[in-house]
Amino acid sequence: MSNLSKYRFLLLRRIVQVTILVLFWGANRYGWKVLAGNLSTAKVLDSFYLADPLAVLQILATGTIITLDILIGVLIIVFFYGLITGRIFCSWVCPVNIVTDSAAWLRKKGYREKGNKYLKLSRSTRYYVLVLALILSLILGVAAYEVINPIGITVRGIVFGFGVSATVLLLIFLFDLLVLKNGFCGHICPVGGFYSLISKFRLLKVHLENDKCTSCMDCKTVCPEVQVLGIVGKKSGDISQGACTNCGRCIEVCEDDALRFKFF
Amino acid sequence: MENKDSSKISRGDLLKGLVKKGGLMMLGGLPWAAYVEENKEEEFVLRPPGAVDEKKFVESCIKCGICVEECPYDTLKLAKPGDDALTGTPFFTPRDIPCYMCTDIPCVEACPTDSLLKDLVSDDNDKYNIEKAEMGVAVIDRKNCLAYWGIRCDACYRACPLLDEAIVLNFERNKRTGKHAMMKPEVNADICTGCGMCEHACITEKASIFVLPREKALGKVNDDYIKGWDKEDESRLDSTNIYIDKNQVEKSTLDYLNDTGSLLNDE
Repeated sequence: MSNLSKYRFLLLRRIVQVTILVLFWGANRYGWKVLAGNLSTAKVLDSFYLADPLAVLQILATGTIITLDILIGVLIIVFFYGLITGRIFCSWVCPVNIVTDSAAWLRKKGYREKGNKYLKLSRSTRYYVLVLALILSLILGVAAYEVINPIGITVRGIVFGFGVSATVLLLIFLFDLLVLKNGFCGHICPVGGFYSLISKFRLLKVHLENDKCTSCMDCKTVCPEVQVLGIVGKKSGDISQGACTNCGRCIEVCEDDALRFKFF
Repeated sequence: MENKDSSKISRGDLLKGLVKKGGLMMLGGLPWAAYVEENKEEEFVLRPPGAVDEKKFVESCIKCGICVEECPYDTLKLAKPGDDALTGTPFFTPRDIPCYMCTDIPCVEACPTDSLLKDLVSDDNDKYNIEKAEMGVAVIDRKNCLAYWGIRCDACYRACPLLDEAIVLNFERNKRTGKHAMMKPEVNADICTGCGMCEHACITEKASIFVLPREKALGKVNDDYIKGWDKEDESRLDSTNIYIDKNQVEKSTLDYLNDTGSLLNDE
């Protein structure tokens, strides 16, 4: 296996993430019509919309009725991520992923490898944040998570050219690096939490052939949602938990060829 | 007994768990709520034309920024943390770039959430009419407006897209010199759209005419004051049910005045 192929999905993900940002940026700067708006709501090819279901849920919680355009946009997203690809938003689209992946990589490089001395946080925290976001939206009459959502703040900063908020990203980076491994994306972010909840019955999954697996656990060292790899070294099967982002890191680091993407 | 074993956690533990989780959610939720509350209480923000009222606007805007992209003059900006508008929502600062009042109103046309509502800037025949926009209203600081000093300046008046309608010039004798005229600008709040071209054009270091949200700049008269000389306003009386037919009043005026009634009654 050549060295490059060990990073094939990673490279592809970075290309997809950057391309989406460039398309959004070009829509604002030069009026390109491929992908206008940003990750909360995008207009595709000047014809239909895609909308972030969590943002729309919060808007509904404020007591606002959404338009048909937005409703269709949400349904497309829920259908696509929920039933087909799973939570690929987090690993293939969201730019904050680049920051948190870097922190995780530095951790592996030894900047902070050993456990979490400072903070123990359940992976379910994100679901509580999600519920809290809806409750606060209801009480305050404004989509509460969208005010602090680092994804939104980052993407708008890039797309509309007023600059990335270094404070927000640095906060997440240092949190992930020094306090909690995969802290933000894997524990706190309710956007990932929402996609985890709806991705259980997706078609695209990582499949493990246990006969080939030598239990080296390389996959578990790179996986940002390591709890989904529970079956590794035990039995063959699909990685079915919704929290799997289908990032493909486990597949590319596996020396035994025991993991692969499986559609259906 | 068997039931208790299989359920594993006791009622007490469950309750403790719930209280703990609820407490933790409040611990996180309270500072979060405080920040959101602080962030949305920006009362002096100017929204694009056709914006629904501020409360509905912060509820319904999905922060996609497509209105900003459609604005041909780069007037509209999306708020970043620290700006004087709810993070991610569109606003404009007339002193930097005013609204140039496009007749096809592309920002409104682009809004996917009806936060910018076509009905608010259209005539009855469903055609756009930017002159119906109510983004704000221009307010003059008479202390610092040069025209009120008696120096000749009509920059705002000339810049106004609704020339001689939204801003008019009142001619007055300059008592100081005794031989000059003062040309004092005055805003007609019924016509002014709040586009801010006057604020943009004002020549004083800090603008002496500036746009404020109508909610902030204008008062509100109680319903019971009616312009009796204005037919339309007077017609509001027709729809009230407090009208008293004089022929149906039982007492004469004199009786009414003499009726001390309970006034003399100490109880």
